[in-house]
Amino acid sequence: MSYVAVKGGAKAIANSEALLQAQRRGEQTVPELSLEQIKQQMALAVDRVISEGSLYDRDLAALAIKQSWGDLVEAAFLLRAYRTTLPRFYYSQPVDTGQMQLQRRISSIFKDLPGGQQLGASFDYIHRLLDFKLAAEDNQFPAPESETDNQPVPRVVDVLGKEGLIQAENPIQQPNNGATQSEENVFDLTRQPQQLPAGRDARLQNLARADEGFLLSLAYSSQRGYGNSHPFAGEIRVGQVEVVICPEELGFEVAIASITLTEVQMVNQFKGSSAIPPQFTRGYGLTFGYNERKAMAMALVDRCLRAEEFGETVQGPAQDEEFVLSHSDNVAAQGFVQHLKLPHYIDFQAELNLVRKLRQEYQQSNQATQSTEVEIKQAENFDSANIENNSVPTPISPPLDHPTTPHHSPTP
Amino acid sequence: MVDLTARPVWMATLAQAEPTELAEHLATLGELPDHTFLRSPEMGLTMVRGRAGGTGQVFNLGEMTLTRCVVQIEAGAEKIAGFGYVAGRDRVHATQAALCDALMQHPAWYETVQNTVIQPLQASAEQQQTQQQRQTAATQVNFFTMQRGE
Repeated sequence: MSYVAVKGGAKAIANSEALLQAQRRGEQTVPELSLEQIKQQMALAVDRVISEGSLYDRDLAALAIKQSWGDLVEAAFLLRAYRTTLPRFYYSQPVDTGQMQLQRRISSIFKDLPGGQQLGASFDYIHRLLDFKLAAEDNQFPAPESETDNQPVPRVVDVLGKEGLIQAENPIQQPNNGATQSEENVFDLTRQPQQLPAGRDARLQNLARADEGFLLSLAYSSQRGYGNSHPFAGEIRVGQVEVVICPEELGFEVAIASITLTEVQMVNQFKGSSAIPPQFTRGYGLTFGYNERKAMAMALVDRCLRAEEFGETVQGPAQDEEFVLSHSDNVAAQGFVQHLKLPHYIDFQAELNLVRKLRQEYQQSNQATQSTEVEIKQAENFDSANIENNSVPTPISPPLDHPTTPHHSPTP
Repeated sequence: MVDLTARPVWMATLAQAEPTELAEHLATLGELPDHTFLRSPEMGLTMVRGRAGGTGQVFNLGEMTLTRCVVQIEAGAEKIAGFGYVAGRDRVHATQAALCDALMQHPAWYETVQNTVIQPLQASAEQQQTQQQRQTAATQVNFFTMQRGE
């Protein structure tokens, strides 16, 4: 049943907004949050909002967080709404994560790697104990530094790739002329409706903007057995990559920014098939900002969604493309769930009338069959008295043809 | 005539500069040639793309904001167009990047702008990058695998 619009309520709505603004500001004696404070001291919240809002603009994300009173899904919604007001100028060249300026790089599959492993800033090996020193202000935390040899840091999976032990990731070739995938052919969720079955490009774009909580739970479900997942974190890297565009009016490529990305390469087992020898396969996660939990979950779900490609049986929700891709977007999901708050008076009135009518019919048909029902009820009582030997009242006229009591002779 | 092979480099430097820093360096140049807009600063989006697995199929990762602008200055009888493409929504930054790009193509200005704007910006970016590398290097980790059954 569709939603019927309502009118009125303008004053209450205006006051509700004013109240929100006042409560959001809080006590006047407490200094107001600046966008720079949010950007720097709530950096991971900003990163989540640019990732799920699918718009890399940390200033706007900080503003959205302030405006949404700290509600990050609402903030992502604000970014999505804002982006629709801007024209699309360019598509970037695919970012080269192999050239990333690393802030963090770890692998759970090799101890010694070219380029080494750097924990960067991470919660991983820190006790989850509340630090009461932080409750006080004016803390100083100097960052440790040490000498750097600045050697190149190849991707870990490329090391496996050299031996052919892992499924290769190559650019798509055009079937007719062998040219690489043309720009127009890349699926764009902001311009095209989601289609099923979806290509990997559509899936990865969908997952990159998906809700972190949804991806996390799906990834977890696949590890617990709802899907075939035996992953290793091949490599996790966080750092800056250059965004390069090639404006037609300029005629050459130019870098417009360095943006922070998190990249995760999951390595999964694969038994092989008649066509492919046993090898590792992979799942890929790439997000805006420092979003490690999400990027890992994305990589697990990406691999799960490749079940068909590798001839695996689809057993769990995480492998079900339609289920995952249709429910991953939190802007869509919160909209549909929360629209239930809006007045549905007309819809409900219709349902109410229907239920009343059904009840009336029910009662009428009940009255009509009442005498028959009395007989059945008596028969049931009679049965239980016989089977369990309870002292229930003896039926007046036991039916002779009761279907469930063929072996019992009626007691007088 | 100015050698334009380095143009992508200085344009990238201007785009990635802190807007306040760029403005400060530009202010030290004194009076600049008048410029007109061939394209007024305008905000828009760039769709950032990635590759599956880092090397495979291209996909759309998400958008970023971008401001672009084209200015024109006069160099004698010639006219020079300068282009500015900067991430974010800062019209002043885009205009100043475009103006510097134009000045860098101007034979009389090239050296001054290179020395007073581009090089300091590059040095500052390099310093920041080195600091980040040193901080990351301090977290270099070597895990040992315990031998079992002993």
